[in-house]
Amino acid sequence: MEFITKLFGRDSGSKNVAKERLRLVLVHDRASISPQMLEELKLDLIQVISNYMIIDEANLEVSLDSSGNTVALVANIPVKGMKRAAGTA
Amino acid sequence: MGEVIVVTSGKGGVGKTTSTANIGTGMAFMGYKVALIDTDIGLRNLDVVLGLENRIVFDIVDVVNGNCRLRQALIKDKRFEGLHLLPAAQTKDKTAVNPDQMRDLCAELKKEFDYVIIDCPAGIEQGFRNAIAGAEKAIVVTTPEVSAVRDADRIIGLLEAADLRGPKLIINRIRPKMVKQGDMMSIDDIIDILAVDLLGIIPEDEMIVITTNRGEAVVLDQHSRSGQAYRNIVRRILGEEVPIINLDEDNGFFNKIKKFIGLR
Repeated sequence: MEFITKLFGRDSGSKNVAKERLRLVLVHDRASISPQMLEELKLDLIQVISNYMIIDEANLEVSLDSSGNTVALVANIPVKGMKRAAGTA
Repeated sequence: MGEVIVVTSGKGGVGKTTSTANIGTGMAFMGYKVALIDTDIGLRNLDVVLGLENRIVFDIVDVVNGNCRLRQALIKDKRFEGLHLLPAAQTKDKTAVNPDQMRDLCAELKKEFDYVIIDCPAGIEQGFRNAIAGAEKAIVVTTPEVSAVRDADRIIGLLEAADLRGPKLIINRIRPKMVKQGDMMSIDDIIDILAVDLLGIIPEDEMIVITTNRGEAVVLDQHSRSGQAYRNIVRRILGEEVPIINLDEDNGFFNKIKKFIGLR
């Protein structure tokens, strides 16, 4: 097997380790979002979700959560009630 | 009206000062009027890389404090009429200059020079803030290492936050053999990760050490690959389309077999 990988020059070298480590570290480094952007995101979320349900805007929480090798957008949106049909007031 | 370009990297030791010196010298060689500013106050080095360390009388702090006129602090290069250096102060620290003063200084130099190239200190603190304050374009230098690419990514984010959009990347100290063996990240790997435009690549080259020892610029060396690489970068900055040099030696199938069975 080693013979074949060597012959065809498959990159099994350390650069793949470097790339993978770099990818992970950058996921975390880049996972910072400015308060202003987060605020805009919140407003957009409220607008979209309000088409479908009545939400408690004051207690809405949005944050980025990075743990392990992933970053997740976590939103906690208390729902007060549902709307009967999408788009109706 | 000239253009102000900052050369930055985040991480230290990746080749900011060497790149600044070679780009500036290369432009002067082609007949442009160039001012180089060393903003690494307290740790100046652009003067020694250019071989101008014995000519310093005034420095950037003297200029912003009004101890001398800008013209008096500018050191003329040994070889090129058009190349000038504004050295950093060695005995002060980064707070001796502020971003407003840098903006004024760059605006002043732009009137007289075709290009103003700023050598940025390592780090992301005040020295970095000062260096980018008056700049209109940015060049980010990195090497094919995890630490340097990570720092470059951070710097690119900070440049964009400061409205310096579309920075161009120089990948320094590439070792083609290691890339081929899969033991060093390739140009494509790094460009993929950083998602910026490539300005050029510089192969690892002993001539850089040799020319820097002498206080000369490798860009003037007609025989070395690194000199060629810097000349290409200069031409790209000036607006020419120059293909990226191919660092691969002969990579044919038979050569691979020969290499494998030990004939090469």
